[in-house]
Amino acid sequence: MTEQTAILPADKGRSLWADAWARLKANRAAVISGIYLMIMAFACIVGPFFTPHDYTTIYQDYNRVPPSLSAYPKPNQLDLAVKDAVKRARLDLAKWEEKDDKIITSVTSGKPIDERVTRYLDRSDVLENTLVTDKSADGLSLTMTSDVEKKYFYFGTDNSGRDVLTRVLMAGRVSLSIGLLAGLVAVVIGVLYGATAGFAGGKTDEVMMRIVDILYALPFIFFVIMLVVFFGRNFILMFLAVGAVMWLDMARIVRGQALSIKRQEYVQAAEALGVTRWGILIRHIVPNLLGPVIIYMTLLVPQVIILESFLSYLGLGVQEPMSSWGVMISQGAKNMPSANWLIIIPALFLTSTLFALNFIGDGLRDALDPKDR
Amino acid sequence: MLRYVLRRLLTAIPTMFVIVTISFFLMRVAPGGPFNQEKGLNPVIKANLERVFHLDQPLWRQYLYYLQNLLKGDFGPSYNLPDFTVADLFASGLPVSIQIGSMALGLALIVGIALGIWAALHQNQGTDYAVVALATAGSTIPTFVIAPLFQLAFALSLKWFPVGGWGDGAWVNKVGPILTLMLPQLAIVSRLMRGSMIEALHAHHIRTARALGLSEFSVVLKHALRGALLPIISYAGPAAAALLTGSVIVETIFQIPGIGRYFVEAALNRDYTLVMGTVVVVAIFTVLFNFIVDLLYAAVDPRVRYD
Repeated sequence: MTEQTAILPADKGRSLWADAWARLKANRAAVISGIYLMIMAFACIVGPFFTPHDYTTIYQDYNRVPPSLSAYPKPNQLDLAVKDAVKRARLDLAKWEEKDDKIITSVTSGKPIDERVTRYLDRSDVLENTLVTDKSADGLSLTMTSDVEKKYFYFGTDNSGRDVLTRVLMAGRVSLSIGLLAGLVAVVIGVLYGATAGFAGGKTDEVMMRIVDILYALPFIFFVIMLVVFFGRNFILMFLAVGAVMWLDMARIVRGQALSIKRQEYVQAAEALGVTRWGILIRHIVPNLLGPVIIYMTLLVPQVIILESFLSYLGLGVQEPMSSWGVMISQGAKNMPSANWLIIIPALFLTSTLFALNFIGDGLRDALDPKDR
Repeated sequence: MLRYVLRRLLTAIPTMFVIVTISFFLMRVAPGGPFNQEKGLNPVIKANLERVFHLDQPLWRQYLYYLQNLLKGDFGPSYNLPDFTVADLFASGLPVSIQIGSMALGLALIVGIALGIWAALHQNQGTDYAVVALATAGSTIPTFVIAPLFQLAFALSLKWFPVGGWGDGAWVNKVGPILTLMLPQLAIVSRLMRGSMIEALHAHHIRTARALGLSEFSVVLKHALRGALLPIISYAGPAAAALLTGSVIVETIFQIPGIGRYFVEAALNRDYTLVMGTVVVVAIFTVLFNFIVDLLYAAVDPRVRYD
């Protein structure tokens, strides 16, 4: 009897990152959230170029129209708009009717009518290409035909008659970029500060961490408001300020990590082998710090987005005509009973993004946590 | 024990001092002043106002003056609400904020601890997932989204509660603010409790208790709960300080006359004394509750001794 042992090819070793990536891919919630976030970011960046309206365009005939998949104007709006346009032209409406997708308007006046009144009809958001088809001999009555201008507002319009779809995407650009940038600022400050304190140790560490403790004890909102007031309502400076107050946790985490890594045997071994300080930093310390930093950053981004929305909610954040999800929610809250889509739509965008970011953060924590292996 | 209490109270003094000092100068560095808003204010009147409130003096003297008054327990007058002193405003606002905040925190603790224990005992079952989902939702959705949606659903559509206002403290007016304040806390407490309870149930002394044949009730609620409560206690301290001093968002949205709204209002109006007053009150609450947390720690965990 011969015994045969199959010689399996040796398993290829997996690096920390390849392993973490495999674990992350196995986490369904994190993967779906990642895809969702990518779609959201893509929609916010590219979307406003393809929506039929500009985010600042005001349609005076479409104030607060509800979301609808079918085209505007609805019949009653057509009626209102025609009457309104004729009134603006200081004419009397005899009758108007719709025929073969054309609007035929007959008007009369006490004085002879100038044919240029067609522009009053064109100026409305509902009618276009108005032509004079018939004019009475005395010039006191006029018949005009115009095309109906079809418009789509899938998410409705806001108080001033601006397209909510375009605005919510533009607001997404602001909210997401503030989240990322301010998050990055906080991470950079926190990592530098925490790593310095951790590596320096001794008195330096003690003084630096005392400062962090004191900043912790300051009422957070007060601190943020003072910074915002100080920097004015400048868009860039504002999120630098937001980032500048959110680095405290990061600094604490990094300091703790740095302190413990510094005392690990492999660092001592590297020191004994004569590896330079810089070499130790790059080869051993940075890769070991990276895990917690990445995890904390994914959890920091939603916090920053919430803080930005909160500031915007108070009127301290992004200013008109720009918008952020926080601004839109606060405006929506003021119009709630009659126009609930103005709050529900931005609230959905904001919370779904926050959910996705949280799931990714949790997934990364599970993937990178060495204790869980 | 008494020595520990005294030492803690003594170390609180420099902390408070540093907070007051930083806030004082931070606020003064910001441009603008309390009497700059009113357009066309007569320069003579403005100068008079500034003299009355000592704002024409050098900053260091104003600072010493403020500290001196503060030590006497005098928060000073409010600049923008001239008929009131800061102490008056707190006397009427603080009870409201404390009432709403303590109800919210109390409910969050009771319900959150119960949910957390329940989830930990049914780990990886349907009920557990339901609690985890609730915790995720509660800690993800910001208050300024929950509050208006609550108004939309329960006040405007169903008409169960008034949209806002205090109504002299009628309970229907309190439901919305308490619930919106409670939900994020409930989420965090139940999540913390679930985690620490799962850990506590794996401890050696619990295995021993089980081996001794103690009832499940006694194992969970008498032996495991005690250790599992520690993270909740350390969370509840700062949370209590934050909740009892009022929430800007909740008080603004539900129009409640608490002190939370002064934070933003006063800072924007450069109502220096009122801002400083809120900072001091929040700092006192923070120090106080951190102290209570430490005492509770000693009471719950016999390994902790303060001598």
